[in-house]
Amino acid sequence: MRTKFLVLILALFGSAAALAGPQIQHWTTANGARVYFVPAPELPMIDLRVIFDAGAARDGSDGGVALLTNALLAEGAGGMDANTIAERFESVGARFSSSAHRDMATVGLRSLSDPAYLEPALATLVAILTRPEFPRDAFKRERNRMLIGLQQRKQSPGAIADEAFYKAVFGDHPYAGQPSGSEETVKALTPDKLRAFYQRYYVGRNAVVAIVGDLDRAAAEALAERIIGQLPAGEPAPQLPLVKALAGPETVSIEHPSMQTHILVGAPGMTRDDPDYFPLYVGNHILGGSGLVARLSNEIREKRGLAYSAYSYFRPMRRKGPYTLGAQTRNESAAETLAVMREVLATFVTEGPSEEELEAAKKNITGGFPLRISSNKKIIDYIGMIGFYSLPLDYLDTFNAKVQAVTVADVKDAFQRRVHPDSMVTVLVGGEGRAGD
Amino acid sequence: MKRSFKTRYAALLVAASAIAALAGCATQPSATPVADNPPSTPQAEAAAAKAPTATHISSSNGVHEYKLDNGMKIIVKEDHRAPVVVAQIWYKVGSSYEHGGITGVSHVLEHMMFKGTEKHGPNEFSRIIAANGGRENAFTGQDYTAYFQQLEKSRLAISFELEADRMRNLLLDPEEMKKEVQVVMEERRMRTEDKPQSLTYEQFNAAAFVNSPYHNPIIGWMDDLASLTIDDLQQWYRHWYAPNNATLVVAGDVDPQAVVELALKYYGPVEPREVPAVKPQREIEQRGIRRITVKAPAQLPTLFMGYKTPVVKTATADWEPYAIDMLAGVLDGGDSARFTRNLIRGQQIAASVGAGYDLYSRLGGMLVINGTPSKDVSVAKLEQAIRAEIERLKTELVSQDELDRIKAQVVASKVYEKDSIFYQAMQIGTLETVGLDWRLMDEYVDRLKAVTPEQIREVANKYLDEDRLTVAVLQPLPMNANPPAAHGGNHAH
Repeated sequence: MRTKFLVLILALFGSAAALAGPQIQHWTTANGARVYFVPAPELPMIDLRVIFDAGAARDGSDGGVALLTNALLAEGAGGMDANTIAERFESVGARFSSSAHRDMATVGLRSLSDPAYLEPALATLVAILTRPEFPRDAFKRERNRMLIGLQQRKQSPGAIADEAFYKAVFGDHPYAGQPSGSEETVKALTPDKLRAFYQRYYVGRNAVVAIVGDLDRAAAEALAERIIGQLPAGEPAPQLPLVKALAGPETVSIEHPSMQTHILVGAPGMTRDDPDYFPLYVGNHILGGSGLVARLSNEIREKRGLAYSAYSYFRPMRRKGPYTLGAQTRNESAAETLAVMREVLATFVTEGPSEEELEAAKKNITGGFPLRISSNKKIIDYIGMIGFYSLPLDYLDTFNAKVQAVTVADVKDAFQRRVHPDSMVTVLVGGEGRAGD
Repeated sequence: MKRSFKTRYAALLVAASAIAALAGCATQPSATPVADNPPSTPQAEAAAAKAPTATHISSSNGVHEYKLDNGMKIIVKEDHRAPVVVAQIWYKVGSSYEHGGITGVSHVLEHMMFKGTEKHGPNEFSRIIAANGGRENAFTGQDYTAYFQQLEKSRLAISFELEADRMRNLLLDPEEMKKEVQVVMEERRMRTEDKPQSLTYEQFNAAAFVNSPYHNPIIGWMDDLASLTIDDLQQWYRHWYAPNNATLVVAGDVDPQAVVELALKYYGPVEPREVPAVKPQREIEQRGIRRITVKAPAQLPTLFMGYKTPVVKTATADWEPYAIDMLAGVLDGGDSARFTRNLIRGQQIAASVGAGYDLYSRLGGMLVINGTPSKDVSVAKLEQAIRAEIERLKTELVSQDELDRIKAQVVASKVYEKDSIFYQAMQIGTLETVGLDWRLMDEYVDRLKAVTPEQIREVANKYLDEDRLTVAVLQPLPMNANPPAAHGGNHAH
C-alpha cells in the first residue's frame, strides 16, 4: 500500500506548482486608512470590511469595552434606531456584520453590486461607522446580554479552560483578558466610555479597508473614501507591549461537573510577521495542525481512542499569540491523555520531523493552495489580514516557495529555540480524576 | 447570540464529522426513501459483463445530471471561477434509517470508512488526500451520510479511486472499531453530555417524536454505542453502501463529460446491490401539548418549543412548506424580524431567541423555537411572549413590508451562495438524497416570493396549534452538583 500511495502522488503532483495569488491593489485614503482591493467581476456582489486596531487588547482596565463598542455601532446611528438600521440593510438583502477579537475590531458588509441595492446599504454603513450614537437604552440592553453571555461561558468547560489558559499564558499582558470582559468590568462600562473608545480608535489612520467584488479601481477608490473618508485621521493605536516568556511551568486545575476534562497546554507562540513563521507553521502542521494525519491526533485519537479531537496550533497575532495543544477526554483518562500529549511534544522538539513527514506536509500545504483563495470570502479574509498586519502584498504569491524552502533542520531549530515543553501552562477543567496528579 | 438560531440548530443536528471541525458544513438534516434507483439483478449482472456506461439525463443552468448503469447518479455543477473542485458522495442512509438498539450506527460507520480497505490501510485515505493538497471530511445527518474532498481540479481522480474503493472494499476490523467507538463516545460527551443545551435539545426531540425515527439522536444513545458490534456495522455497510444508493455531486472547474468518464472508470465497475425497503414510520398524530423538564448543572435556563409541521416531501398542499418557511422568516429572518425587534429589543424578555425550520427533511418535521430569557425573566414569561407572537400570526396579516424584506434577503442570498461551490454541492446532495429533485433549489426563490400574507395566516392556524406543540425546559442545577454518573457510558470498555 505504500507503493500505491506514492504512485498516486507522482501521477498527479506537479500540475499546480507555480500559482500566483490574486493581484492585490493597495492605496491610502486622504485620512490615512490603508485600502486593499481585489476586483472579482464574476459575481454581481461586493464584500467589504473595515478593520480597526481596536480589539480587546485596547481594553485597558475596561474589560469588554472594545467588544461592546463594536456591538453598539449598529444599535443607533445617524438618527436611526437599531430597528431602522436592520430594516435598511435587510430590505436590500445586505448582510451587515461586526466583531471584535483581541487584535481586530471589524465591521463588514456583503451586498449586491447593483446600485439600487448597494447605495442604500452603503448609506447605512456610513452612518454606522461615522455617526454612531451609543443610545443609553440599547447600551443597557446589550450590556445585559453580554452579562448573560458571560454566565453562559461558566457552564462550558471549554470556555472556562480557554479563559484560564489566556490568563496564565499572558499574565499582565493585554492579551490575558477575554474580549467579553468580566462581570465586574462589564458592569462598570458606560456609554461615555464606549464613546471615548470609539473616538480614539475608530479613526482613519487606525483603519484598514478591504474590498473584493464586482467593481473597478475607480469605483473602489470612491467607495473607500465614502465609507471611511468622513472619519478623522486621528492616530494609529500605540504599540502593544511585548509578550513575556513564561517564568516556568504552571498547572491550573479547575473542578467542573462535566464528564470530560478539557486539556490545554501551551505558551506564548509567534507573531504574524515572525521570522520563524514558516518553520513553526510547517512544523506544527506535522505535530498537530493537519487533522487526523498529524502526530497528536494519531497518538491520542487513532492509536488510543482517547479523544475526539486532539490538535495544536499557533495563533499568530500582532504580538506573540498563544501556541496551544488541546484535547478533551473522559475524566478518568485525563492523566493518560496529558502524558501522551507532553510526550509527543517533547519528542517532536527534541528530534524534529522526519524527511518523509516534512515532504507530506509541504505537499498538503502547497498542493492545497488554490483552495485558499477559491472564493471572494476567502480572498477578503486574506487581504484583510495582510493589510492589518502590514504583510507584503506578495504574501500569497511567495507563500508556497517559503513553505517549500523549509528544511527538517529549520523546523528542529525553530522549535528548539521557540517551544519549551518544560516551561508551559497546563489547564485542566473537568470532573473528578482530571488532574491525575 | 441574537442572530439566527439556524447555525446553532444545524450544528446540533449534524453531529458527525470524521475529524474535529465541521464548521461551515453543517446544514439541514435530511434523508431519503430508497425507491429512487431500484436495482434489477439480471441487469446488474449483464452490466458487469460489459463495459459500464452512463446515460445523460439532463442539463440546465450549468448543472448536468447523469446515471451510470449500476444505478449511481452523478450531478455536475460547473463553476470556473477558481481551479478547484469539490466531490461529495451522498448515501441514502442516516440516523432516521436506524432502529432501536443500534442508534448511532450510521455515524460510527462513517468514522470507520476512514479505517482502511484491502488496498489502503487505516487512515491512508486521509494521508493520500492530504499529500495531494486536499481537504476532506464526512458528515452524518438524520437522512444522509456524505463524504467529501476539496482538491485542486486536476486531482479529482484520486477522490474517485479512493471513494469507489471504500464503497465496496471496506475492512471492518474489530480492534479498530473498539477504539473508534471510544472516539465517538468522546464526541458524544463533548457535543451532548457536557452541553446542557444540547442535552435538552436531544430530549426535546425524543419527546416530540414518538414513532418517527427523528426520535433518536444522530450520534446515537450512549448505551447503544457501548453495545454496538462489528456485525452491526458489517450489516449496515452491506445494506446501504452501493452505487445505486449513492449520488455523486461534483462542483467546480471541471468539464462534465470528463467527470463522467472518470466516474465510469472508477465507479462504473462497482456492482449494484439490492437495498432494503424503508418503512414509512410516519409520526403519529400528536394529541395535545407535551412538556418536559431537563435538569442539569447549568447557569442559564433554556426553552425549546416545537410545532409539528409538514415538509416539502410530506406536504399535501405543495405551497405550505414555503409558507411555513416564510413564517419562520417573519419571526427570525434577520435583525429586523419580529423576535429580535419585539422580544430582544422591545420587551427585552429574551437574551436570545430564534426559529428554525427545515423544509427539505425526508420525514415530517417541526418549526423549532429556541430561546434564553433575559436576566430575572422566567422561562414561563418567555414562553408566553413567544406564544403571543404566534397568536398574532394567526389573527393579523403580515405586512407587505415585512414580506418584502424577507424576499429581498432570499433573492440576495441566492447570489451570495454562488461564492461557495461547497454549499451549492451540499444543496444538490441534500435534495437528491431525501428523494427530492435538485431542481427544487432553483424554484425556491419563486416559491417563496409567491407566498401571500393569507397563506402565512393559514399555516399558522393549521400547524402552530397548541395540540401539536412540544416544550422542553432546561432547569439549571447548581454547578457544584455531582456530575451525572461521571463514568457513565464507559462500562462496556
